[in-house]
Parts: sequence; C-alpha cells; structure tokens
Amino acid sequence: MASESTMAHPFEDAPNHVTPTVIHDPILSKTDFRSVGTRPLRPDGLDKVTGRARYGADFNMPGQLVGLVLRSPHAHAKIKKIDTSKAEKLPGVKAVVTAADLPDHTGGDQSMYDILENCMARGVAKYDGHAVAAVAAVDAPTARKALKLIKVDYEVLPHVTDVDEAVKPNAPLVNPRMLTEGVEPKPKKASNIAKRTEFGHGDVDAGFKEADVIVTRSFRTEQTHQGYIEPHACVASVSPDGTGELWVCTQGHFVYRNHCAMLLGMDVSKLRVTSSEIGGGFGGKTHVWAEPVALALSRKANRPVKVTMTREEVFRASGPTSASSIDVKIGARKDGAIVAADATLRFTCGPYYGMWAELGSMTAFACYDLKNVRTVGYEVLVNRPKTAAYRAPSAPMAAFAVESVMDELAHKIGMNAVDFRIKNAAKQGTRASYGPVYGPIGIGATLEAAKKHPHMKAPLGKNQGRGMACGFWFNFGGQTCTDINVGPDGSVTLTVGTVDVGGSRASIALCVAEELGVPYEQVKCIVADTGTLGHNDMTDGSRGTFSSSMAGIFAARNAITVLRERAARMWEIPVEHVTWEDGHAKAVGEKYGNLAPLSLKEIAAAAGNTGGPIAGHSEIVADGAGVSFATHIADVEVDPETGRSKIVRYTVIQDAGKAVHPAYVEGQYQGGAAQGIGWALNEEYIYGKDGRLQNPGFLDYRIPVCSDLPMIDTQILEIPNPNHPYGVRGVGETSIVPPLAAIANAMSNAFGVRMTHVPMSPPRVLKALEAAKKA
Amino acid sequence: MAEIHLWGALRPAAGGASTVSVDAKTIRELFRKLEETYPGMAPHIARGVAVSIDGRIYRDDWGRDLPEGSEIYLLPRIQGG
Repeated sequence: MASESTMAHPFEDAPNHVTPTVIHDPILSKTDFRSVGTRPLRPDGLDKVTGRARYGADFNMPGQLVGLVLRSPHAHAKIKKIDTSKAEKLPGVKAVVTAADLPDHTGGDQSMYDILENCMARGVAKYDGHAVAAVAAVDAPTARKALKLIKVDYEVLPHVTDVDEAVKPNAPLVNPRMLTEGVEPKPKKASNIAKRTEFGHGDVDAGFKEADVIVTRSFRTEQTHQGYIEPHACVASVSPDGTGELWVCTQGHFVYRNHCAMLLGMDVSKLRVTSSEIGGGFGGKTHVWAEPVALALSRKANRPVKVTMTREEVFRASGPTSASSIDVKIGARKDGAIVAADATLRFTCGPYYGMWAELGSMTAFACYDLKNVRTVGYEVLVNRPKTAAYRAPSAPMAAFAVESVMDELAHKIGMNAVDFRIKNAAKQGTRASYGPVYGPIGIGATLEAAKKHPHMKAPLGKNQGRGMACGFWFNFGGQTCTDINVGPDGSVTLTVGTVDVGGSRASIALCVAEELGVPYEQVKCIVADTGTLGHNDMTDGSRGTFSSSMAGIFAARNAITVLRERAARMWEIPVEHVTWEDGHAKAVGEKYGNLAPLSLKEIAAAAGNTGGPIAGHSEIVADGAGVSFATHIADVEVDPETGRSKIVRYTVIQDAGKAVHPAYVEGQYQGGAAQGIGWALNEEYIYGKDGRLQNPGFLDYRIPVCSDLPMIDTQILEIPNPNHPYGVRGVGETSIVPPLAAIANAMSNAFGVRMTHVPMSPPRVLKALEAAKKA
Repeated sequence: MAEIHLWGALRPAAGGASTVSVDAKTIRELFRKLEETYPGMAPHIARGVAVSIDGRIYRDDWGRDLPEGSEIYLLPRIQGG
C-alpha cells in the first residue's frame, strides 16, 4: 500500500511552482531522479516565439496549386447532379474532383467508408458544410471563381440537429439504413439511434430501495469545438509514378498516412507523411478531413496542392464534440453511503456511427466505489458534422451531470461535498463502474488534497460561490516505435513518431537523458516522418509522453548494452565486467576496477573502430497506461443584472503518476481547465431552424481569452503507475473533465439555483435566476 | 475455461448473457473462439475490443496470456483526444 509523504504546499508564495506531493510506491525501483522532474526550457520554444516554427500552412512546394472545397449549404440534401464542366474550362483551373474521383477502396470497412463519405459526400449531403466537390487552381481567386461555376442540383431532405428530437419516433432519418446495434431482437426498422450500450454491476433497483435520499435530474450540454488556434492545413504532392508526399498539421501522421493511402488506393509505403508543428488539436486532428481531397486533387492535376481550411470551414466541417442529453439518479443513505446510481446518456455522433455515449457511460461513475450502478448509452445520429474526439471525449458531459447530482445529494443529506465524495471514492481494489478492478489510483488523494487546500478556506466575495467536482479519464498507450542514435561527438538524437502537442519532446528527452545518465542538453528529440520509423499511433488518449518515454527508455537500455560492448572492446575485457553508471562505462571487479571510466563521448568517438554507429531501438505496444483522476475547485462570480459569470479563482489537483516535466504537467492542467471553463460558460454550436450553423467564427463562438481567466493554480500528485518504468501516467485530458460541474456547483452554491444546461451563458443564467425568483 | 465479462453492447450477441465461458489461453484465441461461437461479436471485434486482465487493460496486444483464474472484462477499444 502506498504511503503519502507530507510536504508543505507553498500556495500563497508560488501558486504555479508547487512541489509535487509524492506518494512512494515500492513497486517502482527508480525513485531518485536527476533529469526527470526538472523544468528545462522547451526545445521548440525559441522557434515558436520567433515565428520560425513551421505549421501546416507554412509548407510550400514549387508549382503548388491552391485547393478549395465546395460545401453543402443544406443540412440534409440528395445530390441529384454535379456539373463541373464550366469550372474545368476556367483558365487556371488544373483539377476538379467529386466523389467520383475518390472510388471506394475501403473493402467493406464501415468505419473507413464513413470517413471517405465524410471527406466527400457520396450522393447525399448530410450536414451544413459537407464537402461536395473541390478545385485546384493556380491561385485563390481563380479557385474561388471555379467553385462558383460548379452547379449542384440538390433535393433538400428533412433534417434533425437536436439530440432529443432525433430520438423521437417520427424524426427525419439521417441514415435510412441505420439499425440500432446492441439491442435484442435486432430491429427491422431504421432509427437515428446507432447503438445502445450498457455498463454496471449489482442490482440498481434493489439499491434504490435502501436509499434515504434520491436525487434525479436531467441535463443537457451543447456541442462545442476543440477551438484549436491553427486551422487544418496540408500540402499534398502525388507523382505519376504512384508515390506521394503529404505535409500536414496532425496529431498522428502515421494514422493519416494509413487512412489516406487506403482512401486513395495507394500502398502505405508509397505515401510519406511529415507532420508540422501543431497549433492545437485536442482530438480534432486525429481524423482526416481535407487531406484525402488534397491528395486526389494533386493526383489529378499532377501538381502539388495546398488546402488550408478557413475558420468557418473548421467549425462547419471538422469534428466537434457531441451534444448530450443525460438523466442521472443517485440514491444515498443518511450516513453518506451511496446505495445506487443510474444514468441514461444520449450523445450526438453527427451522421455516422460513433462511440461517444459509450465513453460517457464508462466514465460517468468511474470516480466512485458503487455496489449498484448502471449506465445506458445511446449513440444518436444528427445532421451535424461527424463528431470527433475532444480531450477526454464524453467524460466532461457525463461528469457535469453526475457531479451536479453528487453535490445536490450531499447538500440534501447535510454532508460537506468533499467529505461525501471522500466517503464514496474509488480506491485500489474497487470494481470500476465500467467493469475491471482498479489498481493504485489517485481519486482519494486528490480529494484529500482538495480538502486541505487553502482555496477551500478562502473567503468569498459578493455574488460569489464555490464549487468542486471530480473527474476521470482512462489514458491509453498503443503502438510506439523509437530510435536513439549516438553521434560521433556523444550527442544523442532521439527520434520519435508521436507528434508533440504539449511538450512531449522535452519530456521524452528527459527520460532518455535520465536512463543514459547524461545531461538533458545532450539529447535532441525530433519527430520523424513516416518513412523513418515504424508505425506510431497518434498522440491521443494522453499517450504521447507515456508511450514514447517508455519506448525511449527501452531504446536507451538497448543503446547502453551496445555502449557497454564497445567499452569492453576498447578496454579489451569481457563485457560482463562493464557496467553503466552516470553516463559512463565502468569496469568492475578486482582485475579491472582500476580502469578509468569511459564517457559516452569517448565511446562514441571510437565507434568507427569498435563496430560502427551506436544506436538503440525499441518498438512496443505500450499497454498499461494508468487511469487518471482530478479534483477541481472553482470560485464563480455572477452578475445578477446581466447573467455574466466570471471565474475568480480556480484550482486543479490531479495525479500525474510521475511528473516528468512539472511545468508541462501544470500547463496541461491549466489548459484543460481553461477549455472546460469556456465550455461551461459560453461555447456552443447554434443551429438555425434550417439546420445551418449560425456561429461559425470566434466572434460568435466565444472561447475564453487570457483576460477571461484567473491564474489557474495547480497541484500535482504523484501516485506512480506501476506499468511504466518511471511511474508516468498520461496527464493531458483529465483536466477538462471536472470544470463544467465544478462551475455549475459554484453557481448553485452562490444562488441556490441548479444549472442543468451547458453552456451556462448569460441568457441561461438570467433565465434560471428569474425562474428561481418566481419559485 | 475462462469466464469472460461482456459489456452491454456485446450481450445481444450472446443471447443476453453478461458472462460467457471460453477455453482460451491468449487474447487472440479468445477473440477467435468468441467469433466462432458468437458470430454477432465479430463486427465489434473488428471495430476494436480491449481486454482487461485483472484490471490491466490491453487495447492492442493479442499475444497476452489469460492466466488461469484471472478476471477478464471485454471493453470498447476507447478513443482519446
């Protein structure tokens, strides 16, 4: 069992440079670190602040054309005919493509077929913004003119964009062939419910009979976008010999390569993909959108083609998160023990099958030790863009609903909200609501830290309220391939295939420096193109640092084996008498112990005479990512005249396993909280009755800027993950899970009004306040 | 013979059962026998199923052993952001 050390939390002096609270775990052999846990400057920092860093739209090729996409103005329409003849004849136009130029190579893979159809409509436009054709021309004005010359004959069909409307029996069908999965007997009639799923254990109905208090509520959350600052951009170049190259902003260039190759009918090995720096992704760049279209245009034009989405296109035609509708019922005894918990979750998927309600169903009650629990999820098709992952996908909406009811229940039985959660918190050995039994986890530790945190005792001002909430995310690992090459001067090139979205190059380099026993500055980490390394899964699921640091450590160990062999040759002694310590080969034993240690630099300098280049390699499936928990505290001030809300103080407490680069961990905590605050207070897709998106721009879709936010305080806990050599857990996603509920609970505590609809924008807050006055 | 716990979406393929017994020593063998015995599970396995063995979740490595007496849960192969 882990034991917690006691460290002061210097909150007042340095709110964002706190010392992590370390929980020592004897499973891990390595607890003393020299590089890991330090805060060196990020290797990409100078390039990014001076404008030298190259993002997706910064790549250019000789002879490059401009690619633009024609998009449906209808939420749902049959495409009766597309006439591209006038556009093709326009001087300067080099290629026009439609679905006919992207034949189906998916071989019955429904998931890939959905992606193909989403990239270019095939007979039916399924949402406002769905691509129907594209052009490549010598310049943007010509391309724009060509788009206007394409004539599309639409037959407008009935549409549905609202999650609750879509599940009604007479709702317009988004996909007339969709038969609900997961129900028995298999339905014969199509509906907008793509799938039913269920998790849980125990007897929920019997559990509720033991309850002294039961709270039942329904909630809604509106669709939001990841809001990454950099729009999607790529340059595609396909040669007549069938090979191609793609420079692209993505979270996973290997996956983009595989998907694009399949959709274009190319061999994977003949498409080389290079990832650019990335101006945010948060899940939205885990999916191809315009990239296959750019490749199809380039193939047809026999010229490189650049496609850069506008902000409006990003909103209308990339992948936002789901809108949701959730019913929650929780019962507890007066002593604070929860006896049963039940939730039904309906999540939109856009027009295609998804797993978003499934993820909400798995995460909803994951923080708690429940004997009787059930979640039922419904994947709902609507005429909106194809839903994509957004940072801990679906967990924030589920947590909003569950954590709101948890707070209300605590109040009703007269318990402090933190104590109520501590009493019911999951721990090692608890059966998770989604099935398995937990190993070492940190929800209890984050709650205890929240209880002790100075924020909890700070005075509140007028019209202010304080709320807290917990959150959970799985994290995962996946396929990872990493190389280490030692240069002749002893410097180390670390080559990874996971795109750096949040500082992973520095973090992985710190782990490799730690393992090799050399200074961090001696290790240069680069993200390789797809021709250089074996397949790497994309940077999602908080896996970048977890997976690539594990592979990097294993590659370093392989390199150390080689370094020991080379030192043995230099000394002309058996390798069994050579160890590796502090970046040096050391001879051991009575016979050789007096030999002076050889540094990595000395061994590297002699490599040409001892066997050639020195390298280490690792390819792994990095399973065993530890689950992650967080507790957040929010202080909210509401203007009762306008309904405008302001976050006046915010604290994130989260388990990192081992914080490799604490500044980046804090950055992830703060970034997730900032996005969650925007989601809670302002962000939403607004559709008109015509099914068209009304606010596809940052003027009308308001994400928080610095002046909207307080300094977000962070506290890192370290409950090591026994499945990683250094105890690392993913940290990137969990921090977006609690904010919606923490802020809703703060508002409720300020005004006694339970907010059940996110975003809690000024009109909704005013409406709730007025309703409360009347009541 | 391992007892395999199914999440809700898989249960219709097993006649509504929440657990099934399968004689399998690895994840690969487990999936093969599930597809043979319960063809309705094949689309789910093709789409992605993760396996929890005594609480540790494996998304990809089908070579993993299923130790005798271990607790095995099938779960959706989750996506992340």
